[in-house]
Amino acid sequence: METYSLLREFADSWFMLAIFAFFLGTVAWALRPGGRRQHEDAAQIPFRHEDQPARDDALAASADNLKEARQ
Amino acid sequence: MWDFLKLAVLAVIAVFAAYAANQARDLAYFVHALIVMAVAGGLFLYQLRRFGEERVVETGYMDQVIRYGVIATAFWGIVGFLMGVFVAFQLAFPGLNFEFLQGMGNFGRLRPLHTSAVIFAFGGNALIATSFYVVQRTSAARLWGGNLAWFVFWGYQLFIVLAATGYVLGATQSKEYAEPEWYTDLWLTIVWVAYLAVFLGTLYKRKEKHIYVANWFYLSFIVTIAMLHVVNNLAVPVSIFGSKSVQLFAGVQDAMTQWWYGHNAVGFFLTAGFLGMMYYFVPKQAERPVYSYKLSIIHFWALIFLYIWAGPHHLHYTALPDWASTLGMVMSVILWMPSWGGMINGLMTLSGAWDKLRTDPIIRMMVVSVAFYGMSTFEGPMMSIRAVNSLSHYTDWTIGHVHSGALGWNGMITFGALYFLVPKLWRRERLYSLSLVSWHFWLATIGIVLYASSMWVSGIMEGLMWREVDAQGFLVNSFADTVAAKFPMNVVRATGGLLYLTGALIMCYNLWMTVKRSPAAAEATAAAPAE
Repeated sequence: METYSLLREFADSWFMLAIFAFFLGTVAWALRPGGRRQHEDAAQIPFRHEDQPARDDALAASADNLKEARQ
Repeated sequence: MWDFLKLAVLAVIAVFAAYAANQARDLAYFVHALIVMAVAGGLFLYQLRRFGEERVVETGYMDQVIRYGVIATAFWGIVGFLMGVFVAFQLAFPGLNFEFLQGMGNFGRLRPLHTSAVIFAFGGNALIATSFYVVQRTSAARLWGGNLAWFVFWGYQLFIVLAATGYVLGATQSKEYAEPEWYTDLWLTIVWVAYLAVFLGTLYKRKEKHIYVANWFYLSFIVTIAMLHVVNNLAVPVSIFGSKSVQLFAGVQDAMTQWWYGHNAVGFFLTAGFLGMMYYFVPKQAERPVYSYKLSIIHFWALIFLYIWAGPHHLHYTALPDWASTLGMVMSVILWMPSWGGMINGLMTLSGAWDKLRTDPIIRMMVVSVAFYGMSTFEGPMMSIRAVNSLSHYTDWTIGHVHSGALGWNGMITFGALYFLVPKLWRRERLYSLSLVSWHFWLATIGIVLYASSMWVSGIMEGLMWREVDAQGFLVNSFADTVAAKFPMNVVRATGGLLYLTGALIMCYNLWMTVKRSPAAAEATAAAPAE
């Protein structure tokens, strides 16, 4: 079989099935019942680090808090 | 070591460009070689003066490059709109194709200048600047790659200058929205890979666990444009010292590749990228999270899966096999669903805050933009249906459709983003004037309405006149009859464009005054005194 026909047959059979299944998978993953809290958290991302990047580690942050408390 | 390498590379480029200018086979190549020589030479001197300088490691967000991006967006926006208004008046009054500018300033040369200036210069700069802003804020990390972001910014400007001068001087490969010749394409490829690296690098070192949905859209835009650009521009240069190249594909394969590229430039450049803007700036301006995060995930995957197939609807009734054109048509119609899913998601983000429409002209701009997104993604699938296309294709209707999407959706969301960004980036308390934003809003909206409605009338009239036959089966109208009949609509269209341009000029004044006059914002980090 020539390459074109071979690729075309593959494209509109198994490959189409595969990407369609992948798509259904993403929809199912988005709608999965356990995801609600995660999604609500993700939707809040734009409101968290407006002015400064996050600190490298939580330790630095807690050290800062200590310093502030002492002042 | 790194400094030496940079100097060496710049020197080699400058010398080669000088030699190439000497050997140039055509005017466009000659001018481009001189531009490259000047840029490389200038950078060489710049590097030399900074040789061995201490590098300061900065830790905050990298915002200076975004400020430059905002300025470039506004600047190229004005250039692009101005070119658009001028070519629109050229269509209405052919006398504006001045004799002394023949071969450079006529419609055929200026039209790609307009399309590329608005899509790639205005839209592209807006996408690069906002993506740098959004990816940092939603990843809680500074841009990756140090000065690579600056390379992306300036490299992209160089691409724009090479492309624009090339069109005027006649270097074009005649592919719509992909006109630049081979060396300009190669340069864009390098810049684009750097852009991808900066974006991915920042995502990689993000401090948020989840990659926010806006970044998904931006990333798909960057990756897909890279793929489209490389495949559609496969060409063999005739000479390394000339701008002419020969396409690798021929005939219907070439046409299909071109419209696979062309439609996905709409789908991924003008849709996915700008949806990234929508998913960040609409929630920020409305001060509430996106309506449904689940819907946004489904929106993303559905859009990505469907858009890539829609290209063949540009080639109905051509040598393209029927199955391919039917596939394109069906996929375009299905595409309507994710598009409207996204529109609903954007609009419903305002639920519970609809009163902001009255008080906040920026939100109004964003809402109108999303509404235009909805309208043009309804119109598009309809026009892709073969029967409708037989009337609409090659007429002004197509141009009206493109502009309701480009002016309405892309333009308005970008204006909204600029109004949001400028006070933030220059640390101003607020914009200089909200009533000027209202003026911009109404001028732009009325301009779009004039544009779209005149093009509907003109396009449908044109389509009907072309297909009109008398009792004997002869065509009733000559082509020149349709041109003459379009005159009033062409004037209305140019007037609409003029209103839109005026609105953008008002925006530039407002943003300028915001930086110059608005009171500085109180430092968020300078905390209230501890008592």
